[in-house]
Amino acid sequence: MKNNRFRASLITIASALLCVLVGLVIGFLALVLLGYISLKGGSAPFTLGDVLSTAYNSGFKQVLLGGVYRLPRGLRNEIALAAPLIMTGLSVAFAFKTGLFNIGAAGQYAVGAFGALYCALIWNLPWYLCLLGAAVFGAVWGAIPGFFKAFFNINEVITAIMFNWIGLYGVNTLMYGGGSSPMYNLKTTKTWPVSAKSPASLIPDLKELGATYFQRPGTIAIFVAVVIAVILWVVLNKTTFGYELKACGYSKSAAKYAGINEKRNIILAMAISGALAGIGAGLYYLSGTAEWQPLVSTALPGIGFDGISVALLASSNPLGVIFSALFIAHISTGGGFMSANIFPPEIADVISGVIIYLCAFMMLFKRRIGGLFTRKENEGGKN
Amino acid sequence: MLLAKYTLLYTVVLMLVALGGMFSERSGIINIALEGIMVIGGLAGVLADMYLPFSPATVVVLSVLIAGAAGMLYALLLGYASINLRADQTIGGTALNILATALAMVIAKRVNGTQAPKLNYSNKAYLFNIAGLDLSVFIPIGIVLLLIAYFILYKTRLGLRLRSCGEHPQAADSVGINVYKMRYIGVLASGFLGSIGGLAYIMPAVQTWDFEQGVTGMGFLALAVMIFGQWKPFRIALAAIFFSLFRAMANIADSIPFLAQLQWPKEIYNMMPFLASMVVLALTSKKSRAPKAEGIPYDKGMR
Repeated sequence: MKNNRFRASLITIASALLCVLVGLVIGFLALVLLGYISLKGGSAPFTLGDVLSTAYNSGFKQVLLGGVYRLPRGLRNEIALAAPLIMTGLSVAFAFKTGLFNIGAAGQYAVGAFGALYCALIWNLPWYLCLLGAAVFGAVWGAIPGFFKAFFNINEVITAIMFNWIGLYGVNTLMYGGGSSPMYNLKTTKTWPVSAKSPASLIPDLKELGATYFQRPGTIAIFVAVVIAVILWVVLNKTTFGYELKACGYSKSAAKYAGINEKRNIILAMAISGALAGIGAGLYYLSGTAEWQPLVSTALPGIGFDGISVALLASSNPLGVIFSALFIAHISTGGGFMSANIFPPEIADVISGVIIYLCAFMMLFKRRIGGLFTRKENEGGKN
Repeated sequence: MLLAKYTLLYTVVLMLVALGGMFSERSGIINIALEGIMVIGGLAGVLADMYLPFSPATVVVLSVLIAGAAGMLYALLLGYASINLRADQTIGGTALNILATALAMVIAKRVNGTQAPKLNYSNKAYLFNIAGLDLSVFIPIGIVLLLIAYFILYKTRLGLRLRSCGEHPQAADSVGINVYKMRYIGVLASGFLGSIGGLAYIMPAVQTWDFEQGVTGMGFLALAVMIFGQWKPFRIALAAIFFSLFRAMANIADSIPFLAQLQWPKEIYNMMPFLASMVVLALTSKKSRAPKAEGIPYDKGMR
């Protein structure tokens, strides 16, 4: 029986790797095309080999190597990006486990960023309380779609999308405050740096561990994220509470029949999901390297949507999320190192989009193969 | 007058895109990719407008058709995943939304040769003026397409078959209707209408577009319009007017004395259509009647 479960998880990992591989191949083809266009724009004659080597040397190599391409700065950036990605990935994955699609991670992330920055810049709270603030703000924003789903039976996807935009515009308004908000620095047109206003709100640095190698070591954000991932795995797999949430995800009516309060669980699941996305924003904006730009933030934060790729790639397994987030952070960081005049860094987003597209039906094939094993297990009398 | 101008502009956009969503959902496919389809259609139309070397009138016709064709091609990706491969339609649609913005940025950056994903174009040929009211060619196009959509959906055999596939595909199949084909037609129609809607959003209002912002959530608003319009063409048109009034407020708040006095930040107005859609959805949810089989992949073996 253990062997079967092992094989099922192998199949999961294999199909995720297949998604990644196809995504990378399509990304490479896009680079070849862009390289061709750019060489054709020049006057010098060129061969197919030139096109391929341009695509590889000034684009694909960077994507493959990711942060390793430019040590040590690149690796630090990659890890700094991975921490919030793990959180938004966990946010989406947790909702998936409970049968909900949280497309609102982007909005919860934006609102969480406001919570974190408000606690830091206005109240000057220590970093862990700021993270808590981010979690609370994100949780409220996540609970709203859950509420609409539970009491009005409106699809959480629609509500979450609407509240993504409401959240983004609301956060921009509050942080800007007509230019007079105490969080807003008129000179830089960004929010005040946390390091200047409230150093205690910065997430602690990794001085002891990394200082010898990195000139400026990263923060402990990545460890916070990993610890939360492990806690979430335990909650989902080893506790009654997690079992109830998952039961609602498998069948709402069966859960209700078994005496589970499914309305409460939907709202709770979305609130937790939102809190996770909010913490992700906290980890990012309290790291001391990023400020919110209320005037130019017209698009929803991409990290929220990348959370969907992260969760799908990990089959919503909280531990898998750690690795898929590292992968997405890897290619995004690498995308930034490409020769930007030939290859726009958004190629990384293209790859990520292709991967989600593939995941949409890959998971289905996998479930079908995996279904064979679980059925056998059930016949065995356990579970 | 300004209010009328912007309301008309947004009404046509929301109506076209929501009609697209209607065709797709009536055939049984949830199309959350409308936002992405709008981006692709808008990009294709803008590029056609920039590069086609014909007379202005020809360029207008061709750019609209090219936008429509690009949207149909893009919608095929949704169709293939959700019809043939029976993928999760919401996830597939989300992927296409993300992919569309990323692709549009890559292409826009390459076309203008800088790091900013902005395109400049001329929109004079699309605009005309009747009795002091600025209008765009998309208004007559929208009205014609609305009538055609109504006619096809309710007065033709094709429309009846398409609707049956969204309600009870097994029954439709049992009387010899090709469910896959009908669903493809629904998805393609949504690609055509959605992408023309995208062009109608980008082209008439401004002469430069930053593709980083995609189409600022209009595709998602159109989904709310479609639900509020109960998946019926004329109701969708009315719902589109309602939402457009809210949307237009953001553009003209400064020029209405009463609103300007409130001195609300512009973002509040940007927020309004989304808030309005939530209120409307909450109020109508009890009566709402979506196509029964939408979102469920059709599997012949399950008949």
